[in-house]
Amino acid sequence: MDPLLFKAILVVAVFGITLIVALYSTFGERKIAAVMQDRVGPNRAGPFGLLQPLADGIKMFMKQELIPSVSNKWLFIIGPCIAMLTACMTGVVIPWGGSLTFGDQVFELQIADLNIGILYLFGVVSLGVYGIMIGGWASNNKFSLIGAIRASSQMISYEIAMGMAIIALVMSTGTLSLKEIVMQQDAGLANIVYQPLGFLIFLVCAFAETNRAPFDLPECETELIGGYHTEYSSLKLGFYLFAEYINMFISSAVIVSFYFGGYNFPFQHELGLDGNLLTIVQTLVFFGKIFFFVFFFMWVRWTIPRFRYDQLMHLGWKVLLPLALFNIFATGLVMWGMGKL
Amino acid sequence: MSLTQYIFWFLSFLALMSSLMVVFTKNAVYSVLCLIITFFAIAGHYLLLNAQFLAAVHIIVYAGAIMVLFLYVIMMLNQNKDTEPKKHPYLMVISVIAAGLLMLTMVGTVKSAELPGSTIADAQVGTIEKLGQVLFTDFLLPFEVSSILFLAAMVGAVYLSKNKLQS
Repeated sequence: MDPLLFKAILVVAVFGITLIVALYSTFGERKIAAVMQDRVGPNRAGPFGLLQPLADGIKMFMKQELIPSVSNKWLFIIGPCIAMLTACMTGVVIPWGGSLTFGDQVFELQIADLNIGILYLFGVVSLGVYGIMIGGWASNNKFSLIGAIRASSQMISYEIAMGMAIIALVMSTGTLSLKEIVMQQDAGLANIVYQPLGFLIFLVCAFAETNRAPFDLPECETELIGGYHTEYSSLKLGFYLFAEYINMFISSAVIVSFYFGGYNFPFQHELGLDGNLLTIVQTLVFFGKIFFFVFFFMWVRWTIPRFRYDQLMHLGWKVLLPLALFNIFATGLVMWGMGKL
Repeated sequence: MSLTQYIFWFLSFLALMSSLMVVFTKNAVYSVLCLIITFFAIAGHYLLLNAQFLAAVHIIVYAGAIMVLFLYVIMMLNQNKDTEPKKHPYLMVISVIAAGLLMLTMVGTVKSAELPGSTIADAQVGTIEKLGQVLFTDFLLPFEVSSILFLAAMVGAVYLSKNKLQS
């Protein structure tokens, strides 16, 4: 098989799986919320309500497409497109599994092994805010604008702490390539052992970057109606909501790759599985870990109430940033003590 | 022409057109968005020069952080025709002269500059490993001095904002 053809198949597969996982995350979210609030949840469409996401999707398609007459039409349309685009772009550098061997050809289950993988990831994440900002501003609605401005200041504030947490990780692993980070965790221990504080900071920042509760102030339906997507309807609203679930899935994948060994699992080489079978099992394990974190995102959403805005800023700048700086310093100190510098 | 050249021309065209649009659009938000496109085009040029690290940092810092703040401020401001300050006609003459002088300097510099031919022997040039080594050995002093410059700017910004709060 042509390597390029394989890459093309992989791109389509990753895109498709991301969308399907995001689709069923909406269902999972509602079911988990129902369980936590002692309700039944969606159970009408199909067996156990499994066709509910499809019904929701069809509903989104069927709704009337409204573009406010006072809005900036082009930017109004571009906003959700950027949100969706940046959400889908991050999956490129994530190693979804080991390698598959067909005959004498070896195919890596990663779309692109960039040697600046982490920086690429960080760049795309930092662009994600434009979708929300442009959409919120183009709506020409004060609640949307407040939502957009909240989103931008929140994401910039937490990006800094997130970057600092990653710097400590890069220091201890010595590489910017995600593939290598995952491979190192196969040889040694998972990075969570070396970077517990960094993981905590990264996790909190991931919640803030995906605008998930308790950091969902850009939407904040009790204050801002719907925040940046107040004026949106039909599929454009669907894009915004869907981008959030894609972001959740991808950030779970990133957290697992960074701190929990990626597709590796303990004693994987003692099982006596041959190459391809092991790769498939590894990919399944990877998805298992990702689903745990997706569940964790939902768990937190239905457990912790939303922050006030000043609390959000306080947490970002006065707690997480000093902690992240301390983490860098401590990492350096430990590495110096162990003679790794 | 090779593919690289096509990409070069496309990126150059994009960079020039979008930077002209920055100046010519009436709406400040459009200007910012065009400037972001310019940054992307320039990051593409960096990639063509094998400077992946520079391209990534360019996107993260300029497109991802600074332009977001620009957009933030412009969206907060109420842009109306009425609030637009009246410009003195002298100002226009002065700015044309200043811009003309700047252009003269730039043209003079570029004309007299000797551009060495692009003979890249090392395929690793511009990658992050190479950059890190050079930055922390040959260019250690400029690197540290520039960090002090940033520190000074930060202290200045904090001082200015604090001062306003007290008065």
